[in-house]
Amino acid sequence: MEKFVTLTDTAVPLEIENIDTDQIIPARFLKATDKAGFGENLFRDWRFDNEGNIKKDFPLNQEQYQGQILVAGDNFGCGSSREHAAWAIKAYGFKVVVSSYFADIFKGNSLNNGLLPVQVSPEFLAELLKAIEENPKTEIKIDLENQVITLLEKQLEERFDIDAYKKVCLVNGFDDIDFLLSKLENIKAFEEKHIA
Amino acid sequence: MKKTLFDKIWDAHVVESIPNGPDILYIDKHLIHEVTSPQAFQELKDRNIPVFRPDKTVATADHNTPTENQHLPVKDLLSRKQLKELTQNCEENNITLYGLGHPYNGIVHVMAPELGITQPGMTMVCGDSHTSTHGAFGTIAFGIGTSQVAQVFASQSLLVQKPKKLRVNVNGKLKKGVTPKDVILYIISELGTNSGTGYFCEYAGNVFEEMSMEGRMTVCNMSIEMGARGGLIAPDQTTYDYVEGREFAPKGEAFEKLKTYWESLKTDEDAIFDQEYSFNAEAIEPMVTYGTNPGMGIKITQAIPTNSNKSSDKALEYMGFTAGKSLIDTPINYIFIGSCTNSRIEDFRLAASYIKGKKKADNVNALIVPGSRQVAAQIEEEGLHTIFEEAGFKLRQPGCSACLAMNDDKIPAGEYCVSTSNRNFEGRQGQGSRTILASPLTAAATAIAGKIVDFTKHLN
Repeated sequence: MEKFVTLTDTAVPLEIENIDTDQIIPARFLKATDKAGFGENLFRDWRFDNEGNIKKDFPLNQEQYQGQILVAGDNFGCGSSREHAAWAIKAYGFKVVVSSYFADIFKGNSLNNGLLPVQVSPEFLAELLKAIEENPKTEIKIDLENQVITLLEKQLEERFDIDAYKKVCLVNGFDDIDFLLSKLENIKAFEEKHIA
Repeated sequence: MKKTLFDKIWDAHVVESIPNGPDILYIDKHLIHEVTSPQAFQELKDRNIPVFRPDKTVATADHNTPTENQHLPVKDLLSRKQLKELTQNCEENNITLYGLGHPYNGIVHVMAPELGITQPGMTMVCGDSHTSTHGAFGTIAFGIGTSQVAQVFASQSLLVQKPKKLRVNVNGKLKKGVTPKDVILYIISELGTNSGTGYFCEYAGNVFEEMSMEGRMTVCNMSIEMGARGGLIAPDQTTYDYVEGREFAPKGEAFEKLKTYWESLKTDEDAIFDQEYSFNAEAIEPMVTYGTNPGMGIKITQAIPTNSNKSSDKALEYMGFTAGKSLIDTPINYIFIGSCTNSRIEDFRLAASYIKGKKKADNVNALIVPGSRQVAAQIEEEGLHTIFEEAGFKLRQPGCSACLAMNDDKIPAGEYCVSTSNRNFEGRQGQGSRTILASPLTAAATAIAGKIVDFTKHLN
């Protein structure tokens, strides 16, 4: 897995709450048997109408918004467990998603793919969205090592939480399979005494 | 220390706790299907490692499968390829597959319980968020992503933080026409779509104790719609009676021995939950959703709330509904009875009991999709198919179908569908489709009337 340490970039705002994984990647695109190519169908039905025309009012289609950080409304990634949602966001070019709340499965899927979910307070999220709206070129810095997100031009910062184990994985580019494989003997010993 | 039902099962499955990190949790049963498994098999191939415990994994084909002509090759080429890959992967890794056409085939959360694969006290996972369904048996069951599917393949274990504990109590007597689906839609409408995030939810109270296993599965199924990773209900005589005698359930002495263990799986008195809510059964009425997440639900006779914000305005605009108005008399052209939430025999019995002797309204396209081949066979055995056919309903072959519209069962753009499935997200049942979640009874009544009606007035 790709390592993640710090990132400073502009952001794309998505001021909508409860964005579900069906919007991130609609079910009709889940027929692929590999991980490639999901980026082009990210937010498909919000980016394009039924005839395939670009919807100009959607932030991902607005040229002023660029960058590898997606800033989204509360409860991002709810619904289906499809990891294709994390793959699509990553493949599109995002490395960080910022929201005031993440659904559990999406959060786990992101961390397993080197896509960093940064949970901030609702107040900080509002500041971020306001700053991006005022100046789409505004830069945000994410420092994973110190777990701090900074809105640079306003020097506003907030600390964010991340599971200590997952942080080690991200910073070093490790994944869970490597770790679990190193524990197979313990798992076999557990099976010996396990009831079900 | 006093333990909850959840603690007891969790603690019995911890291989090791990582200091300041997650637990290594042992998984008793791993269910897989065609959509979320191929990339996990590929991951193992890339690393040149085998499936560690293939005998603890069971596969079915359900998400993209057609509900007509299942004996013919699947027309959609991408779906066909995905199904073929599942078959090959299962063969190469010695995993049991109940593929299309097999008598045990069905929606993963319908077939596993009916085959006795799901048992109390287990840990179960599947690359599908509605794995929470199996919690109805007093099981820790939750949905996982594809990376985690690969982890379970590799080690029969997962690295997971122990979730917090939530209990939802519902006590009292349910009104006539109120089904388990209404109970869970009511709970979610009261608590919101992210109230359960970070929690595992135990459902307690006489309402759940008196429910059938089918009803309990409907409730636990939708735990994820309030954000909870899973839901569970303490096993009792209803659970044991359901499990006993099923194909893969333990038999004879083995069953009795396990039953003794299962009987210990109850939350201790005075055990502490991180969060707890209580509701009165009498307050619940048949429910419908009006928005684009399952928390946007109202009683069928109630008006849409008028509290406005950017997200709720967007939802109402998508649905074409107006705040302050009820949905009564809204014309409906599509109804769908099916999905892992409501496609078990009891759901079809309930629908049939209302439909019997009536005809669907001319404007309505009514789709009935059983959850499994076994449910389909039972529908025939009990003669329910005649009731559906005479009323003008289309009875199809099993699968996930119009719940997520990966196959041809799609609701056209702009059309409303009163659906017994679990998600009313934008475009969930087809691009531009508008979903109204409800119980099988409400869906049946809507089909007969051709519009949303307060059918409780007509119940005996």
